[in-house]
Amino acid sequence: MTGTTSQGGLVLPGYVREDAALRTPVGFPEYRSTALRAPLRTPVDLPHRLTEITGPVLGEDRVLPHDADLTLRNGGEAIGQRILVYGRVLDSDGRPVPDALVEVWQANAAGRYRHVVDTWPAPLDPHFDGLGRVVTDSLGRYEFMTVKPGAYPWGNHHNAWRPAHIHFSLFGRAFTQRLVTQMYFPDDPLFGQDPIFTSIPAAARHRAVSRYSLERTQDNWALAFEWDVVLRGAEQTPFETDDDGDVA
Amino acid sequence: MNPLDVPPDPATPFQPRSGRRGTGFLTEPFRLGTTPSATVGPYLAIGLTWPDGAWAAAEGTEGGIWIRGRVFDGAGDLVPDAMIETWQADPDGRFPSPEDPRGAASHPGFRGYARVQTVDPPGEFGLFTLKPGRVPDGEGGLQAPHVDVSLFARGLLDRVVTRVYFADEAEANAQDAVLAGLPEDRRQTLIATPTDDGYRLDLHLQGDRETVFFAV
Ligand SMILES: [Fe+3]
Repeated sequence: MTGTTSQGGLVLPGYVREDAALRTPVGFPEYRSTALRAPLRTPVDLPHRLTEITGPVLGEDRVLPHDADLTLRNGGEAIGQRILVYGRVLDSDGRPVPDALVEVWQANAAGRYRHVVDTWPAPLDPHFDGLGRVVTDSLGRYEFMTVKPGAYPWGNHHNAWRPAHIHFSLFGRAFTQRLVTQMYFPDDPLFGQDPIFTSIPAAARHRAVSRYSLERTQDNWALAFEWDVVLRGAEQTPFETDDDGDVA
Repeated sequence: MNPLDVPPDPATPFQPRSGRRGTGFLTEPFRLGTTPSATVGPYLAIGLTWPDGAWAAAEGTEGGIWIRGRVFDGAGDLVPDAMIETWQADPDGRFPSPEDPRGAASHPGFRGYARVQTVDPPGEFGLFTLKPGRVPDGEGGLQAPHVDVSLFARGLLDRVVTRVYFADEAEANAQDAVLAGLPEDRRQTLIATPTDDGYRLDLHLQGDRETVFFAV
């Protein structure tokens, strides 16, 4: 592992900086709201010091058991295709991230959010508020039950419709690992016209799309979709061989 | 590449790529691709509102300060739907995090983390915390007191990151390597000014006074 060592022997791990060609840019012209909001100057590299390699501990005490089932709210059942969403939170070294808070929010089955600024004429569901919270287990696994969100129009361009998606917010163990993202469903016909999806570099788009899981689909109850989230891992120095110079 | 051409998902969720093998030693660490970020969107309040979000230090903690500010877009208009998250050391320069190699610290009433939105009064955020102490920079020096900030909003496809420093820490600020690396005229965009109950710093996403944002 590379790191920074002080005179006092303090070793600070750095976190991987993902190749910019595989990262979602902050601004993207076809997503019109970015025009006045995305900073225009090149960001300044911030070395990973103590503030960046540490992070808040936010876990069990923020989550109630029923937070993992979005289909039962307000004393009744949400309307829609019931789905189980599950997966693991890992870092880019493949290590599970245990005890990590995962927050999700989404539109209802009709594509409507329970939010004051969402006013398009699709029905609200009295038994769906669209909020879920879970904490990963010791192997980094999470799961929650919900209904499949509908597509919704959003006015970015003529006939702009968001592909079905669930918003995810994740904390790893370090400030550098913080991630807010969206999970999509396989083979959505709306991907090609959605600039929020196409702003993701093509080679990384599949990482935002969940996989249908027959294994976890529950007979007579719910379809299952699997989605692993990968947060940045610690930097590593490749092992070097000393006999033939064949180094990575 | 056709944007519709989404590569098929792997049959299994995660296949660690064992490193190339030449002499029997792993010559390259395997690396999973990180999940791409996406905008928090206009409906973040559904999922990300906490009743205790503003309290990086518990209400009533002695010596607590309010850090307040607003967020402006490139037209000079207030951004009314941004979310600000902060993370910082306690007054002793320690973190309530097991990732601190010096060990997790526990300062009474201090969480170190706040999450607030720019709502009330219009466009303003406010969070209650303790002023951080100086933190080692890992190279034998000390950083000036600072708060790390993530800003999320509709219209930002990834968070943007900045820092808050404090105007009444001139001596420490003058020794801070991060501030020293910035052009003099841009340093000011990170420095909060004292108020009656703490400090104030406005963030500018674009324009002449565009805040210094950091790549982490
Ligand atoms: Fe959405």
